[in-house]
Amino acid sequence: MSSITATNKRGFGAFLWDYLTTVDHKKIAHLYLAGGGFFFILGGLEALVIRIQLIKPQNDFVSAGFFNEMITMHGTTMIFLAGMPILIGLMNAAMPLQIGARDVAFPFLNSLSFWLFFFGGVLLNVSFLLGGAPDAGWTSYASLAMQSPGRGVDFYIAGLQIAGAGTLMGGINFLATIITMRAPGMTYMRMPLFTWATFITSVLILFAFPPLTINLFLLMFDRMFDTAFFDVALGGNTIIYQHLFWIFGHPEVYILILPLFGLFSEVFSTFSRKRLFGYTAMVFATMLIAFLGFMVWAHHMFTVGLGPVANSIFAVGTMAIAVPTGIKIFNWILTMWGGQVTVNSAMLWALGFIPSFTIGGMTGVMLGSAVADYQYHDTYFVVAHFHYVIVGGTIFGIFSGLHYWWPKMFGRVLNETLGKVGFWFFFIGFHLTFFIQHFLGLMGMPRRYWVFLHDQGLELGNLISTIGAFAMAVGSTIFIINIVVTAVKGEKAVADPWDGRTLEWSVSSPPPYYNFEQVPLVRGLDPLWIEKMEGDGTMPPGEPLDDVHMPNGSFLPFLMGLGFFVAGFGFIYQTDYTMAYLALYGGMAFAIGCMAVRSVKDDYGYYIPKEELQKALEGEAK
Amino acid sequence: MTDNSNLDVKDSESFRRQKSKEEMQKQLISFALMIVFTFIAFAMVATESISRMYVIPILFIMAIVQAGFQFYYFMHMKEKNHEMPATFIFGGVWAAFLTLAGLVVISWW
Ligand code: HEM
Ligand SMILES: [Cu+2]
Repeated sequence: MSSITATNKRGFGAFLWDYLTTVDHKKIAHLYLAGGGFFFILGGLEALVIRIQLIKPQNDFVSAGFFNEMITMHGTTMIFLAGMPILIGLMNAAMPLQIGARDVAFPFLNSLSFWLFFFGGVLLNVSFLLGGAPDAGWTSYASLAMQSPGRGVDFYIAGLQIAGAGTLMGGINFLATIITMRAPGMTYMRMPLFTWATFITSVLILFAFPPLTINLFLLMFDRMFDTAFFDVALGGNTIIYQHLFWIFGHPEVYILILPLFGLFSEVFSTFSRKRLFGYTAMVFATMLIAFLGFMVWAHHMFTVGLGPVANSIFAVGTMAIAVPTGIKIFNWILTMWGGQVTVNSAMLWALGFIPSFTIGGMTGVMLGSAVADYQYHDTYFVVAHFHYVIVGGTIFGIFSGLHYWWPKMFGRVLNETLGKVGFWFFFIGFHLTFFIQHFLGLMGMPRRYWVFLHDQGLELGNLISTIGAFAMAVGSTIFIINIVVTAVKGEKAVADPWDGRTLEWSVSSPPPYYNFEQVPLVRGLDPLWIEKMEGDGTMPPGEPLDDVHMPNGSFLPFLMGLGFFVAGFGFIYQTDYTMAYLALYGGMAFAIGCMAVRSVKDDYGYYIPKEELQKALEGEAK
Repeated sequence: MTDNSNLDVKDSESFRRQKSKEEMQKQLISFALMIVFTFIAFAMVATESISRMYVIPILFIMAIVQAGFQFYYFMHMKEKNHEMPATFIFGGVWAAFLTLAGLVVISWW
């Protein structure tokens, strides 16, 4: 029975309670997608404000101060609250199914991850209502952040700290899942590329988030508790902030792209009806990118004055990353080569990704040349670069992934016509918006400026850019309409609508809450495809039918998130109001109390009896 | 387990006991060593009996040895099937080392 009809019978309250207490990876995926989708819309509206302000020279659509808040919140929201959560949502939806597991390793922690992200994101955004949002850029460099009046930057610190903790837990959870919960026969070198990408991305999260955490703490101490880590006048050093930020920040951009590299590998091979070309090379290229990703952070700081030796070393390291990336591009093209290519919406996004992302990679190598970067740095050229990789890579990938896995996640196939129309609006709008920005940057237009002047040759480019932004908004809106149309009268999805190759297509759409009656036996790469070619098309069981152990749902993760949320306010306001300590200590005590309850109270979960699974199996056989 | 049906159950039980006794002994010894190390470290700094130039490297060496004890004895990394945790721990050490080395070189070169 689909969850939607079930909820209609139970009413909205029960539906809500179900999601507030769920520890099921498939429902947590829904939560992540809904939360990330909401922030994606918010971040998109902020982008439109930026583009409207820059539609003509000397515009005064918004004030300079509000413009700074817009660029800061746009970047922060898109990266931390839209991009990463949607990716984690897709990972939650697909990865456990792909390795033949019944859930992630720590289902309770999984739900805590989500609620921390959610409350962190809300905390960041309520700053708009409480005297102004953060305005020191998504990087929040200490030299700006320390000068920023009001409490905006404090909201940035508290919000990201809470959301970041959730992300870190999520990464650890995925690692434990992939290491310990693969089905019999699913060796590392038989894992689908999306699972590999999830694994390597989680490693990046594990190693990259601690520097961010530390940096945010140092900034917090400086702003709220009068330390002087970054205060030059008192002997501090603001450059340390930049180093720590980019030691996190560069791996972060790979956290945003690697999962999609994995996803595209699946999409290309499924819709070309061919095994992925160069599987092993793909795996090792991904590892190499992750490895090199930790050694190039200073390419964001070429103009800081590190000196010619440091700049040269980091320039060479940066350009080296283009090599494994190039390997991947060629492998995708060769996967399609000679295949039976089906071009549907998921595939369209994937095809659009290749040229777009390649342009972004090329400008990346240009920026990686330290001498040339003195010209490009902090201009619209950089803005064009990172939008080509993040929109052309991450966002295209997210849309592709949503089209690909929507049937698996929600039991209905997204409308193809709307999908394609939406794609073309977004694709053309994207290139209109950002291609011209390369030239604006080369002509010297600085990024993050509130206005540009008349008669500098920047008018036409900016106008085109704004028009493109609206086309992207239309494309996104069509996607939202598609969701609604599909929910109302979309075609019911079969278990395997795309003639898929990996394990998630061997279970019904949406899968039963326990995923597999019997964990499947994996005989090679693309396990389902092997069974289609050599077996009877169904997965052989890898274990005898037996009772299945399941975790109980819990409301505690929500309460813990709430506790930290309240404590966040306490930290932000204790500088001015002693009363705020109430929130600080109260919130902390509440959250830690919830942890204590969780630790002391044993929760053994429950068992699904063998008979119920037997019945489900017989139902499928019919 | 299943293949050892000819093995006397009592025997295997006493073997297990023997093993865990040895394990306990090792744990206690390494615990004692760590306490001693910590004590030496504090004493060295507090009494100022050794010159600064030697104290710092000695402290570093003792810290590394202690970390080793921690990983291999208390966190059981010496046992079989701990390759993955080991990979991750050394991966983390490597990432941290690279970062620090990078920062040090940039600042003082
Ligand atoms: C071939 C691979 C790449 C190279 C060589 C490269 C190189 C660079 C360089 C040198 C900069 C600094 C430019 C400056 O500030 O002057 C930069 C900025 C940036 N890159 Fe890349 N990049 C690559 C891929 C990516 C990918 C895959 C992403 C994300 C998915 C990404 C996201 C960004 C972002 C967000 C910034 C701007 C950060 C900021 O200042 O706000 N890059 N890139
Ligand atoms: Cu970078």
